[in-house]
Amino acid sequence: MNQISPQQKPALWQRPMLVVWTISLFILTIFWLFGKPYLAWAFKLPRGWQSRLRYHISDAANWLLDDASFFGLFTFTEFTRSIAAIVAVPYDFVLSIISTGFLEGVGSDAIQLLPPLSWIAVIFLVFALGRYARDWKLAMLAAGCFSYLAIFGQWHSSMITLASIIIAVPIGVGFGLMLGIFSYRFWWFDRAISPILDLMQTVPVFAYLVPILVFFGFSPVAAIIATVIYATPPMVRITILALKQVPSELTDLGNMVGCTGHQQMWKVMIPSASESLMVGVNQVIMLSLNMVIIASMIGAGGLGADVLASLRRLDIGAGIEAGLAIVVLAIALDRLSQALAHRPPDPHYTGPKRSLLQRYPYSLAGLAVVIISGLAGLVWAGFQRWPEAWSLTTGKSANEIVKFININFYDQLDAVKTALLLNVLIPFKRFLLSLPWPGVIALLGLAGFSLKGWRLAVLCMLLGLFIVFTGLWPKAMITVYLCGISVIIASLIGIPIGIMAAEWKPAWNITQLIIDTLQTLPSFVYLMPVVMLFRVGDFTAMIAVVAYAIVPAIRYTSHGLKHVSEDLIEAGVVSGCTPLQLLTKIKLKLALPEIMLGINQTIMLALSMLVITALVGTRDLGQEVYIALTKGDIGRGAIAGLCIAFIAIIADRLITAGADRIKTRLGLAK
Amino acid sequence: MRSKSPKLVCDHVWKIFGDLGKAQHIIDAQYWPPGQSDLDKYNLIGAVQQVSLEVFDGEIFVIMGLSGSGKSTLVRCMSRLIEPTNGRILFNGEDLLEKTSREMIEIRRHKMGMVFQHFALLPHLTVLGNVAFPLEVQGIARAKREERARQVIELVGLKGRENYFPRELSGGQQQRVGIARSLADEPELWFLDEPFSALDPLIRREMQDEFLRLQSMLRKTIVFITHDFDEAIRLADRIAIMKDGAVDQIGTPEDIVIRPATDYVAEFTKNVVRAKVVSVRSIMKPVTGRPAIGEVAGTAKVSQIVSKIKHSDGIFAVTDEDGERIGDISRDDVVEILMQG
Repeated sequence: MNQISPQQKPALWQRPMLVVWTISLFILTIFWLFGKPYLAWAFKLPRGWQSRLRYHISDAANWLLDDASFFGLFTFTEFTRSIAAIVAVPYDFVLSIISTGFLEGVGSDAIQLLPPLSWIAVIFLVFALGRYARDWKLAMLAAGCFSYLAIFGQWHSSMITLASIIIAVPIGVGFGLMLGIFSYRFWWFDRAISPILDLMQTVPVFAYLVPILVFFGFSPVAAIIATVIYATPPMVRITILALKQVPSELTDLGNMVGCTGHQQMWKVMIPSASESLMVGVNQVIMLSLNMVIIASMIGAGGLGADVLASLRRLDIGAGIEAGLAIVVLAIALDRLSQALAHRPPDPHYTGPKRSLLQRYPYSLAGLAVVIISGLAGLVWAGFQRWPEAWSLTTGKSANEIVKFININFYDQLDAVKTALLLNVLIPFKRFLLSLPWPGVIALLGLAGFSLKGWRLAVLCMLLGLFIVFTGLWPKAMITVYLCGISVIIASLIGIPIGIMAAEWKPAWNITQLIIDTLQTLPSFVYLMPVVMLFRVGDFTAMIAVVAYAIVPAIRYTSHGLKHVSEDLIEAGVVSGCTPLQLLTKIKLKLALPEIMLGINQTIMLALSMLVITALVGTRDLGQEVYIALTKGDIGRGAIAGLCIAFIAIIADRLITAGADRIKTRLGLAK
Repeated sequence: MRSKSPKLVCDHVWKIFGDLGKAQHIIDAQYWPPGQSDLDKYNLIGAVQQVSLEVFDGEIFVIMGLSGSGKSTLVRCMSRLIEPTNGRILFNGEDLLEKTSREMIEIRRHKMGMVFQHFALLPHLTVLGNVAFPLEVQGIARAKREERARQVIELVGLKGRENYFPRELSGGQQQRVGIARSLADEPELWFLDEPFSALDPLIRREMQDEFLRLQSMLRKTIVFITHDFDEAIRLADRIAIMKDGAVDQIGTPEDIVIRPATDYVAEFTKNVVRAKVVSVRSIMKPVTGRPAIGEVAGTAKVSQIVSKIKHSDGIFAVTDEDGERIGDISRDDVVEILMQG
């Protein structure tokens, strides 16, 4: 950890941490170079030292699965299955409405009692919703997005995906709201839930897919449950924040008019916080869409399953089409929910009494279109389902492009890949793998101590030791190596782009468009073209991770630069700084904490993407989780998932502490 | 005018902010009260320090102080929105600090009303909904509470805007809603926490007049918080001036202007137009027996008799409420006050 050099250099003895660092690094180097023959255990953990935790977890899960029961009334499995059954009821209902229609009987003998909503009806409904939420423009956008789904033959899968989103979002919002309210009201609950939320947001999704798969079975409902678990934590946080931000005058008001605790919450706090809470709802929607592909691994079906299937058979065209359909769905739902969140309530109405049609124009028009298009569908099926003959596809051309690149540029691409692999990736990987673990742990502790204090030091060392004794150290090091290299490359590309975007307006407009798009793309979409071009392996994984994780590096850099105080910039200009001096001597220095937080976010995204790149054959912790998923091994998945989470937590805490230190020194801390 | 029974009494009220965990001993009875050095030592803030005051039935009691003087904390202690660290708050002779939270809810529902600096209107409710809100919380049926709400809305001059949302109103109108709401449940004790500070000067003046008009009709017991000394002397029957959590002086506006207790208070009174505050009674000379060419009331402010007296050379008789001559006043006496600014 570099200390930033202060203006006047104090003598060496005045900076004890520097001395300690120098000595430690020296000792570590000696240890690393010559220690192996004497202290073999420090380089490779003896088998007998490995913790059996993962087997205990698996045993505990098996016990839950086979023997556990609640007071002898019902077993744990019955409990989980009944939750699944409860969630299945609304899901089936929604699915019937928008996809399958209401059926009598099962399988191919089923008779359709009532057809599902026709494509015309659904498109009109989102159109009307867009008009109601904001304006004609939004209405056109929403209708356009859904028309794309119909025209490009993604309708059927999209409706299945939409059905699970429609169910997952209210459940996630409801739970998030309840937990948030609880944390707001009871400090002990807040204390208890806060580390769990931290963990939930750092453990890779795959890790908890395993227990969900085991307890809830392979089904759309299990996928909904996984989605809810993934999407709820931000809602909890936003709820807590929104409630805390309610002006104290309003809480005083509630007390002064004599509200009971319940009235205070539901009549004063929640309505006043509703705008911020809607931001949470939007978050839940977006995260649920993020989960679409991953959730299809445990039975979600729909668009996610299409992407996954085409990834497995390397059909890039089909994969991109389904992936784009997810993006389109995401854009429509994102814009609609944001507009609804910021929709100003209708102004007061004092005119004469209005008819039903005047009061509910959109709902009634929607109802009319639903009925008419349903009846029309009986006359000609094309009104009910978009005729297949009319469907367009771009899949072929995408495949052609990739084929073309591969045929014509294979050598060049391969040369780049090989050069980077041989000169950068592999040496770095070897270096990390050769490090003795006690040395790394000691360095972590030292970093924690010098950045914040002994508490952070202990935390970092304990988390590190956990990884050591699970026996997953080598895999963890590969994760660190892939993540580290990707983050470095992402920063090297992202920070200059961020600087350019902040300094030059036209660049900002383009950049913003690009990073907004990158952020809505589901992580899998990045994998497909890269796999096509570079085959499987570490290099491919790295490219995909960089593409996915670069956004925060850009965003935070330009945000940090743009928010440097005007006064300081003017002071610089008045002192006669050239634009370059202004940038390097004032803006970048003051934006440093913000840039560090951007890198922190980049690391978090990189770690979450790494788990997904396990699909293209990396040998890191992600692969471990993925294997656990395919084998249904709860213990193995949980331990590997925790290891990834711990790496993320260590990185996060250290970087945040570093940024805080710099902020304090610059006088920016609040 | 006002009967001399205290409606609300603060008896050695303290509010200390900060982590008292390590400083438990300093709030023990035997060391009480803590000195400033004790507070500093444990990083504590004595936001309200040993405040004792009485608010009488039907009077406008203004608590004036600059930001950080503890006035907002004090008014919140009076309604127990903030729990005082020590002392007693007597409301109608009963100690509020001994009430259960259920009893406090009942007291606040029926006996207290409060107006807030930034209005504290609920954004999702119309004017009618906001004003009816205290009654809704009490579980009063919609028709009944809306009837009552319409009455107070009319009282504050917002008739016709019942269905507007707060964001459709100007600041002054929003505060009228706040005032209407605080009056909806007919409180005995009316707290106004810097009600006009967020308004433009012109509107502020208009709202002060409106407030005085309402009070002349309603005769509530009022605790009014402000940081504006001119507002304080314009509205108050009595003023308490706070500094650093403690009360520097309590008195009528006239008392405070004529006899400031501390340099700090004197600093505020320096720019006050004395003629507007000082009553005829307090500058009159003893009765001389010379014939008077006119009569003025002893309770009138000097500024109110200027036009009457300015062209006359003779002596005016000063009378009390019963018309009894209690002193004399001449043009010179008035000029002297006017010269003081």
